[in-house]
Amino acid sequence: MKKHHITLTVNGDDYDALVEPQQSLLDVLRDTLMLTGTKEGCATGDCGACSVTVDGVLQCACLMLGVEANGVLVETIEGMAKGADLHPLQKAFLVHNGLQCGICTPGVLVAAKALLERNPDPTEIEVRYWLAGNLCRCTGYDKLIQSVLVAAKEMRGA
Amino acid sequence: MAHDILENSGFAADRKLNIVGTNPIKHDGWDKVTGAAKFSSDVILPGMLVGKILRSPHAHAVIKSIDTSAAEKLAGVKAVVTGADFPRIKEGTPYGDMTRMVMAQEKVYHEGHPVAAVAATSESIAKKALKLIKVEYDVLPHVIDPVAAMQPDAPILHSYMRTKGAKPGDPKVSADRPSNVVERYELGVGDVEAGFAEADVIIERTFDTKPMHQGYIEPQSCIASCSEEGEIELWCCTQAPFVYRDRLSEILKVDGSKIKVQQSELGGGFGGKTAFYAEPVAIQLARKTRRPVKITFTRSEVFRGTGPVSGTQSRIKIGCKKDGTITAADAELIFQTGPYSGSAFTNAPQAMFTRYDLKNVRTVSYEVVSNRPKVASFRAPCVPQVVFGVEGIISELANKIGMDQIDFRMKNAMANGARTIYAETFGKIGFIETLEAAKACAHYRSPVPKGQGRGISTGFWFNRGGETSSTLNVAPDGSVTITIGTADVAGSRISISMMVAEELGIPVDKVRAVLADTHQLGFNRVTAGSRTTFSQGVVLVDCARKVIKEMAERAARIWKVPEEGVEFANGEFRPAGANVGEFKPLTIADIAKQTTSTEGAIAARSDMNVTGAGPGFGCHIVDVAVDEETGAVEIKRYTVVEDAGKAIHPLQVEGQFQGGAVQGIGWALNEEYIFGEDGKMQNPGFLDYRMPVASDVPNIDTIIVEVPNPRHPFGLRGVGEVPVVPTMAAIANAIGDCIGLRPQSLPMSPPRMLQWIKERDAARG
Repeated sequence: MKKHHITLTVNGDDYDALVEPQQSLLDVLRDTLMLTGTKEGCATGDCGACSVTVDGVLQCACLMLGVEANGVLVETIEGMAKGADLHPLQKAFLVHNGLQCGICTPGVLVAAKALLERNPDPTEIEVRYWLAGNLCRCTGYDKLIQSVLVAAKEMRGA
Repeated sequence: MAHDILENSGFAADRKLNIVGTNPIKHDGWDKVTGAAKFSSDVILPGMLVGKILRSPHAHAVIKSIDTSAAEKLAGVKAVVTGADFPRIKEGTPYGDMTRMVMAQEKVYHEGHPVAAVAATSESIAKKALKLIKVEYDVLPHVIDPVAAMQPDAPILHSYMRTKGAKPGDPKVSADRPSNVVERYELGVGDVEAGFAEADVIIERTFDTKPMHQGYIEPQSCIASCSEEGEIELWCCTQAPFVYRDRLSEILKVDGSKIKVQQSELGGGFGGKTAFYAEPVAIQLARKTRRPVKITFTRSEVFRGTGPVSGTQSRIKIGCKKDGTITAADAELIFQTGPYSGSAFTNAPQAMFTRYDLKNVRTVSYEVVSNRPKVASFRAPCVPQVVFGVEGIISELANKIGMDQIDFRMKNAMANGARTIYAETFGKIGFIETLEAAKACAHYRSPVPKGQGRGISTGFWFNRGGETSSTLNVAPDGSVTITIGTADVAGSRISISMMVAEELGIPVDKVRAVLADTHQLGFNRVTAGSRTTFSQGVVLVDCARKVIKEMAERAARIWKVPEEGVEFANGEFRPAGANVGEFKPLTIADIAKQTTSTEGAIAARSDMNVTGAGPGFGCHIVDVAVDEETGAVEIKRYTVVEDAGKAIHPLQVEGQFQGGAVQGIGWALNEEYIFGEDGKMQNPGFLDYRMPVASDVPNIDTIIVEVPNPRHPFGLRGVGEVPVVPTMAAIANAIGDCIGLRPQSLPMSPPRMLQWIKERDAARG
């Protein structure tokens, strides 16, 4: 199958990739760039495990074609910590046990970060609706939501 | 082998604990928040091929022929396998059935049943190759509903099958003619007729539930490779690496010592990853190509190809006196198992009434094959479905005689020393304490908000022990690694590390738990039934005690005193008395430092078939609101009360309670397999198979009851199964309390609720 050449920036690094026309951005991230932190749970945009931001907008990487990602800026879970310094959301998830098996965690963290960038002081209900696109089967959401609220508070310096 | 620790766990209620009961950060958590954690689909090997599976479009058909020649000729295709590439093992035997489930041989038994597989250099080539495989089918009539499958004129899945335990006089089964009923199982105690004769109130109802899926977010993925010599290495997401190895050895006819199963991080299992699917297929492709082959399921394949739980029908009858004493209970239970046996349905009659001290019980249970994917375990397999019915009748009886819901349950509650209908006599149990905590909690004491209804339900799970083999190694710097062969499904590594640290008197940060491959340890049973933290606690505390004993001997040698002159407390070895002499206490690190100059490595292993699991009990309280115009049920408030024995890591325990309850909410309100007339699943995706999302549920309040299990060094019982057992019943009871209509069928989804509301209104006139 004919492949297309794209260039994109992921977590600040520039990449070249050859992609088949049917491949998604998720396939490109995982299989071509070997950035496997972004997970595939459904490949139909229903579970949110592959949440990334594309040019600052929260997006399911499985719903964007690789060829559409030519020239975009992508942020994934691998770019959230700055070296050994975890993002406050990552710390809060660790301390408050916001994760169990961890498969949904990268997507949840990326989505939560996008929420806090647009709304630094969300209510619990707002967090629940914002994260309604991120399925978690382990936690029952309770500690996951609490972790986001704790991180938001810390980031506000409250 | 007799193990002292199984006789004497060393549990002491007054033991001062420094680590157990605190909430340290999970060691595996760090990699999980950065994306670095390696789940099986993240494993990449040099030269790796992509494997894809062709699946049956029919629910039931004879395979007349498979032509793979065109697929094999496609450039980039390296191998194709079909049922013919697997050893022939007789159907109707455990391994024969297992082989046929991973790859069909004579027949396909459900839509999505694998019929062939390819390995190719890219996913797009593999997909193209699947389209080139020609399969000729002779389509047969199918049956999915378990009750329909029991009828005399139902399509028969296996002409050789005769019902095990068939009883003359039971028209549902016969030992003489082919039947879809795998087994009839009877269990009871006392005299049921006499019991009902004593009752003032008797209620009998019929309930049914649909198959639901475990719903783990990580689709199954595995990568297999095969050396020139035929040694197999398999990475996969599994709850049972050792069980996989042993079954692979049986069905592929390869020595177990030549199969290495390496568990990856596990992206949810809940029972669904206790059986293999693509693993044997990837291995056969790797053996043919001598290249690594990776197979990752799509979500649709997960739904159509892996085990949902049993759909059920249960007829249940319970009678009680006016004072609340239950006098008798009778049940007939039907479990749908998919093409072959494997539902663990005998759990249901054993557990359904267990928590109530009943003198007269009769149960008859049937396991029935049908044309849907084979059942896989799910938290407390087969129990929640029947508790949905039992607790409905219990609530109705309490209402009928005008007794408080919890008082009625308390009146019949099992106490220490109670005997179950499966002939186990309980030691120390915490059901009464759990009910007391539920009755005293703020939720139960608060008035039911206007327009809402409240439901109560209770549940029981046995909890398990079983074969466990682990090692503990002390590094010369005094830090400790423990190698464990059980899977970590939700963070058990930290809880296990905490128990080791507590026993050794060192910080938990000095203990690292490593997930072993199957070459490294003895056999470990599947992680299931809430057995892992319990069993590993027993085994690794045994290891820790062995290491302490070894270190005490070394301290004695260093001090040149007799062994009994050294005692260990609070992480230090000291002279046992003034007469031993004056020596500066030695820490674990002090002695470890002298590893080389003393006797070499300080290490221990322990291999046990662990017994002494403590039964678990829970009580759920839920408030709901029902929109009678849309049929939607909203969970307004939810409280889980459960006896953990001892919460090693309380946040983890709460997480189990909350996660189980929310899975139950999904099962109660939405989740079901919907099959078309053609036998195909119509909702194999998360859009149409609707699991709860964050905005569907409230916070789940938790109350951890701690009635210690004296057979465990720290008193723990196991907490993974019970949280899902009472949920659907509690919600149905709340709906009944809210709108005067207690559903007797799951799920209680909006269209079904609307239909029942319409029927209720029609009956009212």
